[in-house]
Amino acid sequence: MSVMNMIQALNSAHHVMMERNPETVVLGEDIGYFGGVFRVTEGLQKKFGKERAFDSPISENGIVAIAVGMAAYGLRPVAEIQFADYIYPGFDQIVSEAAKMRYRSAGEWHLPMVIRTPYGGGIFGGQTHSQSPEALFTHIAGIKTVIPSNPYDAKGLLIAAIEDNDPVVFFEPKRIYNGPFDGFYERPVTPWAKHPAAEVPDGHYTVPLGKAAVVREGEAITILAYGTMVHVALATAAAEGIDAEVIDLRTLVPVDIETIEASVRKTGRCLIVHEATRTSGFGAELAALVQERCFYHLEAPVTRVTGWDTPYPHSMEWAYFPGPVRLGLALKKALED
Amino acid sequence: MNKASERPNRPALSLYVPEPPARPGDEVDFSHIEIPAAGSVRRPDVAAPASDTHELVYSLVRVLDDDGRAVGPWDPKLDPGTLRRILRDMMLVRVFDDRMYRAQRQGKTSFYMKCTGEEAIAVAGAHALDRDDMCFPTYRQQGLLVARDYPLVQMMCQIYSNRGDALKGRQLPIMYASNAHGFFTISGNLATQFPQAVGWAMASAIRGDSRIAAGYIGDGSTAEGDFHAACTFAGVYRAPVVLNVVNNQWAISTFCGIAGGELTTFAARAVGYGIAGLRVDGNDALAVYAATRWAADRARSNLGPTLIEFFTYRVEGHSTSDDPSVYRPQNAGAAWPLGDPVARLRQHLVALGEWDDERHQAQLDQLDAEVRAAQKEAEKLGTLQSDPYLNIASMFEDVFEELPWHLREQQAQAIAEGEAKRR
Repeated sequence: MSVMNMIQALNSAHHVMMERNPETVVLGEDIGYFGGVFRVTEGLQKKFGKERAFDSPISENGIVAIAVGMAAYGLRPVAEIQFADYIYPGFDQIVSEAAKMRYRSAGEWHLPMVIRTPYGGGIFGGQTHSQSPEALFTHIAGIKTVIPSNPYDAKGLLIAAIEDNDPVVFFEPKRIYNGPFDGFYERPVTPWAKHPAAEVPDGHYTVPLGKAAVVREGEAITILAYGTMVHVALATAAAEGIDAEVIDLRTLVPVDIETIEASVRKTGRCLIVHEATRTSGFGAELAALVQERCFYHLEAPVTRVTGWDTPYPHSMEWAYFPGPVRLGLALKKALED
Repeated sequence: MNKASERPNRPALSLYVPEPPARPGDEVDFSHIEIPAAGSVRRPDVAAPASDTHELVYSLVRVLDDDGRAVGPWDPKLDPGTLRRILRDMMLVRVFDDRMYRAQRQGKTSFYMKCTGEEAIAVAGAHALDRDDMCFPTYRQQGLLVARDYPLVQMMCQIYSNRGDALKGRQLPIMYASNAHGFFTISGNLATQFPQAVGWAMASAIRGDSRIAAGYIGDGSTAEGDFHAACTFAGVYRAPVVLNVVNNQWAISTFCGIAGGELTTFAARAVGYGIAGLRVDGNDALAVYAATRWAADRARSNLGPTLIEFFTYRVEGHSTSDDPSVYRPQNAGAAWPLGDPVARLRQHLVALGEWDDERHQAQLDQLDAEVRAAQKEAEKLGTLQSDPYLNIASMFEDVFEELPWHLREQQAQAIAEGEAKRR
């Protein structure tokens, strides 16, 4: 057991899997000698050699296509897309190829591959280093979408994703790489070391895909969150003194519908929070699922708290980010309804 | 917006849009095509630096001359048995194409694509590769499967989407897949397979394997970003891959000039990536064999990729959904100056004294009977028209390894819907 931040936990997952599984290879921009712009792949090339951890050209469609070919061969590639904002050149290879390979070949080929990518704002990254494109992937049949919110889950989920026999897009909330940022941007962020989920086993373990976590129990309202917004939800509920039940989805597809249903049936209210733009965001899918399955338990409309339907503006980042003020107002309204 | 009139001292700009040399109603015109004499292109050593091939990318490797003789340094010197096998496979592809084209016209399936005139590229290529090398084909390399003895009945069942379809009625006809035959699952999204072939080859190198990959792409889809990614990665990591551009001059109705074919050759792309490049007469089975073997030997020796342009002509329409007479002269294929690959190899075997008209006709009759028998077998398992693959539950399988809850629910709903329709 060691105390780790999310970067160290993700790094540890790579080390564990490359040690255990000779088929695991890692590729991406700046991930080799340098160890990645966020240091997630640090030490891999030194320990496992250039053939298993190598720098790629600046070619996201190439990176994904190469990973598809490698997985078709029988390797377990882990491809890093340096920022989720850069994933779009690889979109065709993800949507048309990776997602459909098992289906179109009737199982002749399957692709045990992971595409890792840091996403989300709150780092003054401007439009092209802040986006949350997860809903583009949850819409695609044949892709699993995973988003951890703490070091323990990050490592366990990444190992589970690498061991999974289907393609996984693994979004890493970069705002909380170094500490559980809770949306109160004027306060210093507590480092992970003080968080219980920073206690991370050194060896192999998994957090199963498709299982959410109830990170705070409550009776008044269910908050569905993932990534950075889990911490914003927890801090806001505490600040507002609201007895909210906070669910960290961890996997968006397949989503853990049982945990969601059980909670909403108990609380009778549901608020969904994500940093991504609102229209056709994953919150829309969650809202539809909740009303389809829990309608007669609901005492108020299902509410969404999200980023605005604009690009992520650089200087007005905190006016964009769905922080404690937006969430707090929405929570109070949902409880009054 | 600035208008020309506001700057009278400058010439008005105009946009150049390439046009093919001939359109419907025009005489077929292949006068722009330069054809060097067979045997005139030198053959670099397999271990030569890539740059040593770069002057060859503007030429054309040819082995068979007009009299059917194999000449020059690229002659692969194949034994008569192998030559006859290549001829037989090409003939079989053609017979098969004709039967399946007809089946589509009879309404037994929705779609078919012939490879008439391009048989040598897949067939001779397959014989030059090792049996377990992995091919990443486009939709026009059915010859790879034929040359690797994939059962004709299986091909037909896929085309019919019937009960025997190994792909469970999911794929457009002719988009076969067989891992055991080294034939990667075909995608309708063009060019995607090209960098995948490179990834597969890189994986083979990482694992210290001895198998190589062969990717195929058309002239038109070299314009996709995936082509650039494939050449970049293949060059950078010296991937053990043969990158084949099948330049059949036409991308549906669009001539190769729209993909840059007027400006230079497709083989010349290799120069910019610093990889070996060859430009080869794609209607000359011996040249195809020799070039593929040269590139494969090179890849297998850790000397990196080769980009080969196979210069050929799409004799028929793009697919059964296409009518080429509306955008190019009639019978253009028959006028193609590099001839027909089957006729040329036949002529060569006859010249060697290893073949004659009687044997040719007998083989044609036998292949025809073989294909008809296979068709009969396949149709016992249904056609798209009469008895297609219908297993509603299976529609939800293979999206993931295991069925998640939402697909289980949708599966139950679809099954109930099927039952409701029957009532």
